[in-house]
Amino acid sequence: MNIKSGIELLSYCEEKKVPIYHAAIDYEKQNSGMSEKEILDKMMISWNVMKVSIAKGLDKKQNIKGKMIGGEAKKLKEYYDSHVSVCGLTMSKAISYALSVIEVNASMGRIVACPTAGSSGVLPAVLLSTKETFNLLDKDIIHGLLTSSMVGIIIGKNASLSGAQGGCQAEVGSASAMAAAAVVEMLGGSCEQALHAASMCLKNIMGLVCDPVAGLVEVPCAKRNTIGTANAMISAEMALAGIVSIIPFDEVVYAMDRVGRMMPVCLRETAEGGVAATPTGQRLKEEIMPKA
Amino acid sequence: MEQFGVFDIIGPIMIGPSSSHTAGAVKIGYIAMRIHGKSIKKVQFYLHGSFAKTYVGHGTDRALLSGVMGFLPDDERIKDAYSIGDSIGLEYEFIEADLGEVHPNTVKIQLTSKEGKITEVMGASIGGGKIKILKINDIDVAFDGEYTTLIVKHYDRPGVIAGITAVLAEHTINIAFMKLFRQAKGEFARLIVEMDDSITRQVLKEIKAVKYIKEVAYIEKMAL
Repeated sequence: MNIKSGIELLSYCEEKKVPIYHAAIDYEKQNSGMSEKEILDKMMISWNVMKVSIAKGLDKKQNIKGKMIGGEAKKLKEYYDSHVSVCGLTMSKAISYALSVIEVNASMGRIVACPTAGSSGVLPAVLLSTKETFNLLDKDIIHGLLTSSMVGIIIGKNASLSGAQGGCQAEVGSASAMAAAAVVEMLGGSCEQALHAASMCLKNIMGLVCDPVAGLVEVPCAKRNTIGTANAMISAEMALAGIVSIIPFDEVVYAMDRVGRMMPVCLRETAEGGVAATPTGQRLKEEIMPKA
Repeated sequence: MEQFGVFDIIGPIMIGPSSSHTAGAVKIGYIAMRIHGKSIKKVQFYLHGSFAKTYVGHGTDRALLSGVMGFLPDDERIKDAYSIGDSIGLEYEFIEADLGEVHPNTVKIQLTSKEGKITEVMGASIGGGKIKILKINDIDVAFDGEYTTLIVKHYDRPGVIAGITAVLAEHTINIAFMKLFRQAKGEFARLIVEMDDSITRQVLKEIKAVKYIKEVAYIEKMAL
């Protein structure tokens, strides 16, 4: 079993009458020789790390390397705890979770790269928020993580998951596509609907560049993780309502790959373009890494 | 087409901020320590390219030092590497260097033991936490720590490799990849054996007993 595309994934799920997470278990059993129980147990360890990384930044400001960010998660939590949220409490909470994980990452804390360290806030944020809203069990979230991994595998095989290769669309874009598919499936949507949600996510931020100030995973990465979180949630909602992506998943992934290849090197993690190249970006770089 | 497992996408579990500048650096430091042995009095890190320019901002320095002290990429003690190193009396130094035509994230680690033994290991962090070990002392090598690995230093004599593989065969350990490197005929050679299974102390002991073998380093497959 070697699923290489969305079409192949759909036909596998249809033929076997299984959800995507089940296809992921079958895939990994063959890939690694692990048993189903071992796979589920290992995923539970990752989920536990994700939950801890969310709790940490909400609780207190983390001590950050570059000191460009820090304290945002807590600030946001304090705001929505005492005010009527602009985007609704579910969304506000979710984006505070994403900010927290990125803060923990930037402070040399423990996170799960999903698919990368720079985009590690999206999946935990979306999954925990969904778990809370719908009273889901950890078991459901483990399934969601497996669903999302299958989407990530297909994007990785056909495009890229790295900012250096494909820009931020490859990191935060992929993370949101993965998260959206997971939410759809956890809430009872079909494989097809899950891929529609993933397609919408990739389209929504297609072309997003990777322009980290001073080369650090802080600015604009923390806030990019919040747009990735929102992106996943709005796309999942649309897909669950029966809204479809006019462009099929595999074609969207192909387009994203082409866009990534057309992106100049200065917009692919080299910290030489985008907001990294602004006067403030340059000044911050000079202050943090005078030698670079 | 690149191959991915489920845990390549949801994972690794790591200390941030960067898979290449932090997690990969820990791995290189760790492998260098396993090759040299745990007795370390002094360690010098020669940082090349992007490693040299950005190591402080990305915590590459603490990551390398942590690896040398035996921490793995998900160890929360990494950010305290300096104070832990100081508390155990480890001497360490970071030196910017030009290591030639190598990957931008390359480091050469020189380890000195209390007994005066020196080992040099050069490795590159090639992205996503993946690494490549390029050199051990003066011998070019190539392996990535993705498998359980044996690194054997032995005299270049007929039958040494047959002796090693016989031990592995007897214990039904499957070899995934095997590469032999030597500098000159009849001198020291390095054999890198990457295996699908872990090996026991007993197996290691039997391999060490094979004639003409000088040193054996054993590195368990890392979670990364």
